[in-house]
Amino acid sequence: MPSTFKGRDVISISEFTKPDILAVLKKAAQLKKQPQPKLLEGYVLGSCFFEPSTRTRLSFETAMQRLGGRVVGFADPSVTSTKKGETLYDSIRIVSQYTDVIAMRHPLDGAARRATEASDKPIINGGDGANQHPTQTLLDLFTIQETQKKLENLSIAFVGDLKYGRTVHSLAQALTHFNARIYCVAPKNLQMPDYILDELKANKIKFSLHEKMSDILPKVDILYLTRIQEERFPDRMEYEQVKNIYRLTAQDLHGIKKNLRILHPLPRVNELATDVDASPHAYYFEQAHNGLYVREAVLAMVLGKL
Amino acid sequence: MVNSQTKELSVAAIRQGTVIDHITAGQALLIARILRLPMADKIVTIGLNLPSKLMHTKDLIKVEGRELSPEEANQVALFAPEATISIIRDYHTVKKFAVSLPENISGFIVCPNPKCITNNERMFSNFTVIAGQQIKVRCHYCEKIFRRDEINNFSL
Repeated sequence: MPSTFKGRDVISISEFTKPDILAVLKKAAQLKKQPQPKLLEGYVLGSCFFEPSTRTRLSFETAMQRLGGRVVGFADPSVTSTKKGETLYDSIRIVSQYTDVIAMRHPLDGAARRATEASDKPIINGGDGANQHPTQTLLDLFTIQETQKKLENLSIAFVGDLKYGRTVHSLAQALTHFNARIYCVAPKNLQMPDYILDELKANKIKFSLHEKMSDILPKVDILYLTRIQEERFPDRMEYEQVKNIYRLTAQDLHGIKKNLRILHPLPRVNELATDVDASPHAYYFEQAHNGLYVREAVLAMVLGKL
Repeated sequence: MVNSQTKELSVAAIRQGTVIDHITAGQALLIARILRLPMADKIVTIGLNLPSKLMHTKDLIKVEGRELSPEEANQVALFAPEATISIIRDYHTVKKFAVSLPENISGFIVCPNPKCITNNERMFSNFTVIAGQQIKVRCHYCEKIFRRDEINNFSL
């Protein structure tokens, strides 16, 4: 349905209705099956990364190029006028005049929403501080659907840093559309924030809080591991206490459901041992790969070409 | 004695303008600043900690020569939810209404999140009001939700 997406900004997953989400997943699946190397010919993506990122930036840029479009931009704000004190508003206003669509990442919360005020071209949020990263949520949903052949009524465990983890907040919010059973596994001081739990309650989503991963492993269809993110901790000592608290190894993968798939937004540190990679349950590299198709779909849809 | 003085201060002395009554005690100075009353060339009288039958103590503001619209008055509802507004003409109350929570509050609340873009770029803040048992606001930019008692900084 190009009409509803054409010209639209993609800032926050909370603005996506269930039909919106399903529309993106459907288009992404089509693009995965059948590449369209000329779809965005003549279009230019502005890739504005005010904060370093490899996966997100490369997958946006590759997505644009694989659809026949071109890319301009920067991967490091120190090469731009930001260093001279230019406001985000001015930077985006300029780039939007050169390009047809902008993908951006910024260290400050709310930066993407601010950028929409400076641009008459669609803005796609590739992460604004600790706030939102909607294309990550869409690629997570795409991967869950791909591995389970459905999105409804699945049991999903979130493990690790659920307090500061942006990806788990957005995914939990999106799963309220799909009647998920959610298990939150985290140390007490890193549990899922109340505002997310309140949202789950309001949507009648069943959830429970746990401290041990082993308790829930046999029950779940999706195990979504996250890194304990050192950079989000205000207190270094708090980080040291919890950094190695969860570690999944190949040995842990017994007595589990056959359809269980392990996802991780990557990069991983200690929480996911490399011996898990060979397991048929591991699916995190495919998950990262799917980011390409989801971003292709989003780019083409906001440009009114799908 | 105090009560009769209050009555005189709040209503009788005003010829034309607005009386904001039943302000939560302690909030009048903030509300005067939110409404930019000190900046205008109008006489403003502020009463603090006045006795009130309904509220035990209350604050009160009267503004000579300016009539507040409901939209303007509603901007203060977050901080004085029980406030009443009386519009005075020729010493008579011609209109009286209670404030109600607006859908949006723009400009004067400083977002308590230091990492919010609004605290790092010259721009106005914007909050959506979430009504409920406990009133909360949600930042339009960083999307964080705050209780009223978490909002302590204002750009006025």
